[in-house]
Amino acid sequence: MNTLPQELRYTTTHEWVRIENDTATIGITEHAQSLLGDLVFVDLPTLKKGLAVGDDAAVVESVKAAADVYSPVDGEVIAVNTDLNDKPELINQEPYGAGWLFKVKLVGELPLSLLSAADYEAMLDEE
Amino acid sequence: MPFIPHTEDDVKTMLKTIGVKSTDDLFDEIPSNLRINDLNALDVGLNEMAMGRDMKDRAARDGGLACFLGAGAYEHHIPAAVWQITGRGEFLTAYTPYQAEASQGTLQLLYEYQTMMAHLMGLEVSNASLYDGASALAEAVLMAVRTNTAAKESRILIAGNLHPHYRQTIEALVRPQGILLETLPYNDKTGCLETQLPKIENGDIVAVVIAQPNFFGGIEEVDAITDWAHQHQALVIAVVNPIAMALLKEPGAWGQRGADIVCGEGQPLGIPLASGGPYFGFLCTKMDYVRQMPGRLIGRTVDQDGKPGFSLTLQAREQHIRRAKATSNICTNQGLAVTAATIYMSLLGASGLSDVAKASHANSKTLCAALTAIPGIRLRFNSPYFHEFVIECPCTADVLIQALLKKNILAGLDLSVLSPELDHCLLICVTETKTADDINAYVNAFLHALQNITSISTTVED
Amino acid sequence: MLIFEISAKGRRNHLQAPRLAPAATDIPAHLLRHKAPLFPEVSELQVVRHYTQLSRKNFSIDTQFYPLGSCTMKYNPRGVHQLASLEGFLQHHPLTPASHSQGYLQSAYELQQILSHITGLSAVSLTPMAGAQGEFAGVAMIRAYHLSRGDTARTEFLVPDAAHGTNPATAVMCGFRIKEIPTDKHGDVDLDALRAAVGPHTAGIMLTNPSTLGVFERRISEIAKIIHAAGGLLYYDGANLNAILGKCRPGDMGFDVMHINLHKTFATPHGGGGPGSGPVAANDRLKPFLPTPIVGYDGKQYRWLTTKDCPQSIGRLSAFMGNAGIILRANIYARLLGREGLCRVSEYATLNANYLMARLQQAGFTLAFPDRRASHEFIITFKKEAKTLGVSAKDIAKRLLDYGVHAPTTYFPLLVPECFLIEPTETESKEELDNFINILITILKEAKDSPDLVKQAPHNLPVRRLDDLKAAKELDLTWRE
Ligand SMILES: Cc1ncc(COP(=O)(O)O)c(C=O)c1O
Repeated sequence: MNTLPQELRYTTTHEWVRIENDTATIGITEHAQSLLGDLVFVDLPTLKKGLAVGDDAAVVESVKAAADVYSPVDGEVIAVNTDLNDKPELINQEPYGAGWLFKVKLVGELPLSLLSAADYEAMLDEE
Repeated sequence: MPFIPHTEDDVKTMLKTIGVKSTDDLFDEIPSNLRINDLNALDVGLNEMAMGRDMKDRAARDGGLACFLGAGAYEHHIPAAVWQITGRGEFLTAYTPYQAEASQGTLQLLYEYQTMMAHLMGLEVSNASLYDGASALAEAVLMAVRTNTAAKESRILIAGNLHPHYRQTIEALVRPQGILLETLPYNDKTGCLETQLPKIENGDIVAVVIAQPNFFGGIEEVDAITDWAHQHQALVIAVVNPIAMALLKEPGAWGQRGADIVCGEGQPLGIPLASGGPYFGFLCTKMDYVRQMPGRLIGRTVDQDGKPGFSLTLQAREQHIRRAKATSNICTNQGLAVTAATIYMSLLGASGLSDVAKASHANSKTLCAALTAIPGIRLRFNSPYFHEFVIECPCTADVLIQALLKKNILAGLDLSVLSPELDHCLLICVTETKTADDINAYVNAFLHALQNITSISTTVED
Repeated sequence: MLIFEISAKGRRNHLQAPRLAPAATDIPAHLLRHKAPLFPEVSELQVVRHYTQLSRKNFSIDTQFYPLGSCTMKYNPRGVHQLASLEGFLQHHPLTPASHSQGYLQSAYELQQILSHITGLSAVSLTPMAGAQGEFAGVAMIRAYHLSRGDTARTEFLVPDAAHGTNPATAVMCGFRIKEIPTDKHGDVDLDALRAAVGPHTAGIMLTNPSTLGVFERRISEIAKIIHAAGGLLYYDGANLNAILGKCRPGDMGFDVMHINLHKTFATPHGGGGPGSGPVAANDRLKPFLPTPIVGYDGKQYRWLTTKDCPQSIGRLSAFMGNAGIILRANIYARLLGREGLCRVSEYATLNANYLMARLQQAGFTLAFPDRRASHEFIITFKKEAKTLGVSAKDIAKRLLDYGVHAPTTYFPLLVPECFLIEPTETESKEELDNFINILITILKEAKDSPDLVKQAPHNLPVRRLDDLKAAKELDLTWRE
């Protein structure tokens, strides 16, 4: 497996978060995309939607599975990756890059439950 | 042993392999206080011959009526080939086509079904069936709620002249999710929806449910209602009779944009009346809404050699994958009835189906004209109708129904089921199966019954 | 070739539809159809040949061993089918007055009685049209029961992680939130987790026993106690009733309501996906909430009971009274077998499953629950083979097709990786089971010697593995000219 981007934070449900000032970009991890297989559809949140930690934010769907993407942070949706509508495979190809899902304008503190790359890696090893 | 092939030797060998003494030992994980030892309150088994006698006797008690009753289930001629092919063991005794390579027959047939149904309704997609017309409508309502996310509340406007059993079914199936069901009134003279449509705010209503034809057989002004609903950001759910769609405007062409979801009872397409089932529900929609559809979908694709083939697709909508978040809990559907319907539609073709519709319409006009020529009998609603109409009689409908039953005629439906004020109203259906003689027999029996009734009431008054 | 591709303009069958039907001149033109639907134009022979040929591309019980776990693919007796298809039954309109429906009504009433006795529950409604609708009925009845007592706090339903997908989907349709209950390593419900999960919000639990893991839940009475003590009720998913016919009864286990899949236990054909029938049975507590219509009997006449007779009913689930033809078939099947025959069903279904399980274990296959007795079905897992040989359960399933055997259920329940859920049913002979064992042994050997043969399977079917990705991404759901 590729080494995990060290600058990102992770969740136990396989989302990643990139924090830049008060904006969080969210996607699913390499591990998650490989479990799901070839993605065929992504249901993205609507703009301006308010999200709390753990809320259902998006759905990623492959031929044989569908998974909810939970919001790892509190905030409001300010952008979604519309390229995914035509090319959901971007998530398979570049989960940490062109395959990002949505951006949230952060409200309040970051939740303590977010994992570091090392913690997430340790969790995967246990699985 | 009925249907069990084991010899005594087989059983001995098998028990030995397992390492137990008796079959009873195989149930040793069931706590002894829960064990029962027999089903002796039930009868002993019958053989096929004795059962044959018994069932023939029962069937004879139920059969033999000339059917002029419709109300959601319609007698049509079913070509011989339909059930002979449908009844082949390879269709009859297969499971859901999860192993696509071993189910290409069923899968291709369903793809052909989806095609015919979508074209008949003038929409882009059809699923592979739901249970029946009424439960399909409930699924359509749930689908509309998922689709029309712009609506402020989960409110559905339902035509007041929808089949009452359909209304009751949606009440039972969608109420637990807190969906509000309201009624769109119909006009007492026409039996059709009021042309003066109610004032609603944009986004107040998720969807409007229209029946074409309506429960009284009447033909609705679907274009105007569709456009009105769309202007208010409501979706249009059409409940239609598939045979009527060979004659009447297809829902995809209603108004400017067409109906959004179309559903109904598939039984008229080659399925016998059979006490109410198995029938099948159909559901069609626009491509944009396909991911919110309930039920199975078959897609055409290719195999690894590039050869065309068929498989279940968009399964992530379904319960076996999506579980709690599935679009519906449906698993087993009505596959075999759809098999029959596909063969039926292929045999009749578009022109045959249109002739069935036209002949049914013409026959119902004939009977209606003869009955309404009788003094005291009038047509209850003055709108054009398809193959069902309502007459108002000087006596209760039930009296007439009982009298005609004595002549082995099933006269129609007593509309007091819908509302007590309609207890003098009889809903009558005539399809292509009825000859001029059948229609005459009905009229004569009806006249006779009416004379008896009026003479009885005269004597009573004397 | 599609039926549309053998169509030719102007071809038609003249004997199947009325000829020269007059135009409908009284209907305004704007309400009429102007464009004929795109249907095929084909002769009767073309139709017969086309669909006969299609049928031959199917596996079915009539042609193949079909050990699909959880689906009970047993022989569907021909006599049953024939007698349920008698003209008098087929002609019978569902709204015919009861005086002229006694044949059907009697048959339905008898089945209600039979099912009530078999399940140990006091009342039955036959109206649900499949297992999932039976589940809906049962869970909606539990909801109605709580509401009738003014108990509005019960918003959660408990569902074990091993449950069939219809269970959580149903509870959600009934407006409940789901709480998943884990399974312990022996295949039983984790009681500690259950105790921790119940409370004043618990409306009930949905359970299958024997479970979808193919083992009997031994502590079922304790589970019932826990749920009832918390004020919840128990729903029994009757998909596995074939395993316990005449051996024990859900009513005695403490269940309040359940469904029965007539298309499994009562041998009605699956029809390539349906129709089925999912009657719902309830104890005295839930009886008032059963869906209508129900058949009543006053000692002389059978009649339909409606919401007038059952004011607390959850109401109607279909336009008429469910899949009547399936109900007739189940009646005939049950009365052909009679009390002894019905008890034998579970005995031989269990014998066949345990024999297969024992032989497969001896042959080196990995059982999911080696310490447990099989019910009428059991699980083997190819986790080891997937790791060491790179051959998955799916590959082995596809290779089975090449040998003319339908694959068992794969990847369900979700708890056991790379699994087969195998249910031979009682109507298969020992020879058929031995043949299946030999085929599996051969495939395992192939997986070691020439894995590609297995990974590329099937080779002998009308098509090879299908491109599901293309199917989902380039949706082609209807043929267009
Ligand atoms: C365990 C279990 N529960 C429920 C169901 C649903 O039954 P049906 O398909 O009749 O709706 C099934 C059927 O596949 C099943 O196996």
